Amino acid sequence: MRDFSYLRADSVEAARNAAALPGAMLLAGGTTLVDLAKCGVAEPSTVIDVSHIEGLNAIDVNSDRAIIGALAKMSHVADHAAVKSQFPAVSEALWQAASAQLRNMATIGGNLMQRTRCPYFRDPANFPACNKRAPGSGCSAIGGITRGHAVLGTSEACIATYPGDLAIALVAFDAEVDLGERRLKIEDFFLAPGATAEQEHDIRPGEIITAIEIPGSAAARRSTYLKVRDRQSYEFAAASAAIGLELEADGRTIRDIRVALGGVATKPWRARSVEDALKGKALDEASVRKASELAMEGAVDHGANHYKIALAPRVIARAILKLGETA
Amino acid sequence: MTSQTHAGQTIIDPPEDGQFRNGQATNGSTPSPTTLSLHLTINGQTHALEVEPRVTLLDALRERLHLTGTKKGCDQGQCGACTVHVDGERVLACLTLAAQVEGRSVTTIEGLAGEDGTLNAVQAAFLEQDAFQCGYCTPGQIMSAVACIREGHAGSDEEIREYMAGNLCRCGAYPHIVAAVRQAAQELRS
Repeated sequence: MRDFSYLRADSVEAARNAAALPGAMLLAGGTTLVDLAKCGVAEPSTVIDVSHIEGLNAIDVNSDRAIIGALAKMSHVADHAAVKSQFPAVSEALWQAASAQLRNMATIGGNLMQRTRCPYFRDPANFPACNKRAPGSGCSAIGGITRGHAVLGTSEACIATYPGDLAIALVAFDAEVDLGERRLKIEDFFLAPGATAEQEHDIRPGEIITAIEIPGSAAARRSTYLKVRDRQSYEFAAASAAIGLELEADGRTIRDIRVALGGVATKPWRARSVEDALKGKALDEASVRKASELAMEGAVDHGANHYKIALAPRVIARAILKLGETA
Repeated sequence: MTSQTHAGQTIIDPPEDGQFRNGQATNGSTPSPTTLSLHLTINGQTHALEVEPRVTLLDALRERLHLTGTKKGCDQGQCGACTVHVDGERVLACLTLAAQVEGRSVTTIEGLAGEDGTLNAVQAAFLEQDAFQCGYCTPGQIMSAVACIREGHAGSDEEIREYMAGNLCRCGAYPHIVAAVRQAAQELRS
């Protein structure tokens, strides 16, 4: 790991000023930054420790919205009683992510800023070509081992899968990111690789996430996060779905439905075509399965990840049907 | 440059001249730009040490303070062998910079037993249930289990498996580890 200067910020303003320095990177929980520094991927000249800033870890939830401070720990949000009752998909996405130790370290703001990464990205010594690390150098994954790579939102520059879980639930429920001067819809905050794979977020030098806000809704209250993976715990998603469901008074007609996908796309992926196909329709298995297939429109595989195109619609359908069974 | 020291912590504010000094720049004894002077509280004792900013808590514990109970397994956050408590919560020492824990309270496996040597309930349960073979992952397993029980995440075998998933055991002692955590959780509840 290359050495760096260490600065501890005691206020958001101090951190903003320091973050604007060339080569500066923010350190909150450190679970991504320290790991990537050890891999030789992240080479900050200055690390700004924001984890000691006070007042940024509040979790404030009512039926209208949740406001979660950027320094709230993943574990604390996952176990928060009001988050569990008003936004169950958010809690489930969090406790199924990483491990208990990592969730005690990682913050909500840091979680949103984690790099979209693949094994080639993490191994610069053996795979110098990576458009995320060195724009224009090429993509070592294309033509390589692609079992975990994305099938949606890919480009010729990059096919790495967005690895997070929380943001999948946030995209489903129209959360917003508070950057102080700007507020962005979470869907716009994350960028697909296109020709600029190195840019994963719409964030500018000197900007810092201070909080996220999630609007409350009936669909958010009746929601779930289903994560299917190669081993039962402590693993990235092969495919995952954040689903929210609101039924009409008849108990079977879908009034509102939210569908977002993880493990298959280059950014947190909202599947509006599935939602549109199901709104106003009766909740039955045949229509749910048929509509779920629409999520894979435009999907492109790279060989070994072909299975995701079959898997993801089944994950969506299983999650919707499971929610439908719970009154 | 406005620097202030309070409650044992040094806080660096952005300077008006746009120049930053490294780390603990205050009270006349400015360290060289490549080292930090830290005061870390480990198992209730305060230790002063000078480290490069990139030094992890794990390396500081093992190489500088000679507290080798905390193990280095993967050194990249995947195995849990380096699990310690910071302010009572389990974290990975390999992905924590030593500088980050200044002003916080660190507990390692060496700080778990009573002062008279009485084992923690989890340590005793690991012995009784034979919850290890080679023993390399055991300090991390025990530190993780103590926190798992305290968090209220040891209510069933299924929950124990889920919340202990961050600690790998290559000997495959998992059934006995689950039994030990279950036993200690029951003892601590009663």
